[in-house]
Amino acid sequence: MGDLQIKKTGQVYEVAVIGSGAGGGMTAYTLAKAGVKVLMLEAGPFFDPAKDSRQLQWPYQSLRRGGNATRPMGDFDAAYGGWEIDGEPYTQKGNTKFEWFRAKMLGGRTNHWGRISLRMGPKDFKCRTAYGAGDDWPVTYNDIKPYYDKVDQLIGVYGSNEGLENDPDGIFLPPPPPRLGELFIKKAATGLGIKVIPGRGSVLTAPLPGNKNRGQCFYCGQCNRSCKVYGDFSSSSCLVIPAIKTGNLTVLTNAVVREIITDNNGLATGVSYVSKDDMQEYVVNAKAVVLAAGTCESARILLNSKTAQHINGLANSSNVVGKYLHDSTQTGGAVILPQLLNRPRFNEDGVGSLHVYAPWWADRQKLDFPRGYHLEIFGGMMMPSYGGYFGFEGSIVPLINGYVPDAAGKMKPGGGFGKSLKDDYRRFYGTFAGVGCHGTDVAKETNYCEIDNSVVDKYGIPVLRFHYEWGSDEIKQAKHMTETVGAIIKSLNAIPLIPPSGPENNWGLSNPGKGIHEVGTVRMGDDPKKSALNKWGQAHDCKNLFVTDGSMFVQQSEKNPTWTILALAMRTAEYILEQKQKQNI
Amino acid sequence: MNRRESLKALGLATATGVLLDACKPGTAGKTETVAGGDETGRQPFEVSREKELVQEKFFNAHEMATIAVLADIIIPKDGRSGSATDAKVPEFIEFIVKDEPEHQLPMRGGLRWLDVKCLNLYNNEFKSCTPQQQDAMVSAIAYPAQAAPEMQAGVTFFNKMRDLTAIGFFTSKLGIEDLGYRGNTPNNWKGVPADVLKMYGLEGV
Repeated sequence: MGDLQIKKTGQVYEVAVIGSGAGGGMTAYTLAKAGVKVLMLEAGPFFDPAKDSRQLQWPYQSLRRGGNATRPMGDFDAAYGGWEIDGEPYTQKGNTKFEWFRAKMLGGRTNHWGRISLRMGPKDFKCRTAYGAGDDWPVTYNDIKPYYDKVDQLIGVYGSNEGLENDPDGIFLPPPPPRLGELFIKKAATGLGIKVIPGRGSVLTAPLPGNKNRGQCFYCGQCNRSCKVYGDFSSSSCLVIPAIKTGNLTVLTNAVVREIITDNNGLATGVSYVSKDDMQEYVVNAKAVVLAAGTCESARILLNSKTAQHINGLANSSNVVGKYLHDSTQTGGAVILPQLLNRPRFNEDGVGSLHVYAPWWADRQKLDFPRGYHLEIFGGMMMPSYGGYFGFEGSIVPLINGYVPDAAGKMKPGGGFGKSLKDDYRRFYGTFAGVGCHGTDVAKETNYCEIDNSVVDKYGIPVLRFHYEWGSDEIKQAKHMTETVGAIIKSLNAIPLIPPSGPENNWGLSNPGKGIHEVGTVRMGDDPKKSALNKWGQAHDCKNLFVTDGSMFVQQSEKNPTWTILALAMRTAEYILEQKQKQNI
Repeated sequence: MNRRESLKALGLATATGVLLDACKPGTAGKTETVAGGDETGRQPFEVSREKELVQEKFFNAHEMATIAVLADIIIPKDGRSGSATDAKVPEFIEFIVKDEPEHQLPMRGGLRWLDVKCLNLYNNEFKSCTPQQQDAMVSAIAYPAQAAPEMQAGVTFFNKMRDLTAIGFFTSKLGIEDLGYRGNTPNNWKGVPADVLKMYGLEGV
């Protein structure tokens, strides 16, 4: 092996945190603020939105005009990584088409996420009891509510208090008003009996009380690029960088974790990793380890941490690690609103999160599937650009300009060129609007990730293999989504832009993983035979190992998971502090 | 930190809160020339890949000249703004086919199809045909639902050429101003203006 050796130091950190996204960031922040010496390992480079964001750049400041040749969500998007990463493959079992989005950077995927910040409701934590689907969590909404409240106050979230039973209110900043196209959709949905309310997003629409380090939103609508004034939530800007400033957090970047090291008693003693900077192997020591590498990566690390005491992998005597992988269901549709042809121009950027949405509204008793979905409404005069979620309606104009009369009131064949086409591009600008449906997938033991022992990544670490199939409940739910979107579009008298859907393509359900809400692979539970973690996120099999990312979810709801990850991570961090004080760990 | 302080932190506001010229609509951003210059927040592989792409050349001089003629037929100068070549659309197309190589074969083959078609019809390559001949040729491939079966290859090519031209034009400074996009500048979003709400009967929605 020549010069290759494993480098060890004598230093022992109190806690090692693996991962710097929402879960890792919140855990490290809470511990460091309380005076605990924490080491954080992040697989990607340092990222500070204040310096590294491409906010306010114009499309022509990118040679590819914002295109997605190197970043799947566009050249300005703040995610280093994507669905595929060179040298870090994953494999599929059978007909599975799981898509795994990874952002390898400080703050992980929170740098580019949609900032949609919803609490799970009382029935969501007791879903088996309430809906007869999935498993009940070992905690109730009332257990978690104080942490949601603290997260609201620490990080900031806009919204409106509505008093809805299963969509709990919060401590909200004022919500941003909707854009023009969004008002059309709101009116149409409301007419169908669907209640549409202001969105809930972690964007500072007003100064955050007690925080002088973060700027107020100035409405560029570019949250996905991350914010130079820290006007929205990224784990990097709002948690990790402030935690570094306490002097108690050390961050190791470009540190790819291989496994968690345990001793003869089965307790965690540290972490082994390979450094991308020098390709050398290292081991660091810690009295406790917190795993928050992201739902699938966390399962991978545990399954790769096999020893004589932990023959199935660490924290896996139950054999559930990797199982119950579940992502949001996702479909949607968009329209061109001919009412808006030649619409007035004004700055309509708004926030880069949700202006209005419809929480799940339907009566479960009248439906043939157990769990619901919500509607995310969007539309507006977005910055013209190539690639990314929103782009210029340009590429559809020649496909639809044959469906409406031209400026002179005459019909003409679709397509074209010249002055008349140039004018069509102007007329159609800002007429695009749509509805995204995001729903609950009921967690299944049969949907999982596991180690593919025949394939390793470029660091020699065995990779994940996925097995995931939508169940009949999800397909019925997707049919309902399609009908809802169809009804909204029909009542708008708009030009529909919906891909054809039916039983042959599961009613347009996206591939699993595409929602980027995957959770559940290291689930909590009271029964150590059926779960990996107790209700505090502590491994049943290893008392100084904790998990604080989405992998700990028992069953997600139709609410986007980040706010719940933050609340649970804060709660686990406080539990760690308490256990340290009692000298239990 | 309030909004005014946010803007100061960005270097975008004076002490009195008045926005500097640098962030008024249409003039924001540093400069229009970018070619691989700004490396802010970009990963090393992105920067080096882009430098290599800029060095490479895909289209030959004849192809570039044909692209320029086609681009200006698709988006000509009019009373409001300049043409596709004024917005440097051919340069964008040259870059994007290297950045997204899946366009290369359809573009190269499509340009050749067009020349051969014109050679048969008019005894001339496309770019040297008369404006009337060019108009007739483009008209035969610009309306997918009406095109003759033997023109289908041309329709496929023209769809792509038209898309790339429109993207290149409307993402340029010139094209963005033409469209009337007013954003990408710090502001205080207070919702759709009242007169616009009234115009669409959306008051109170």
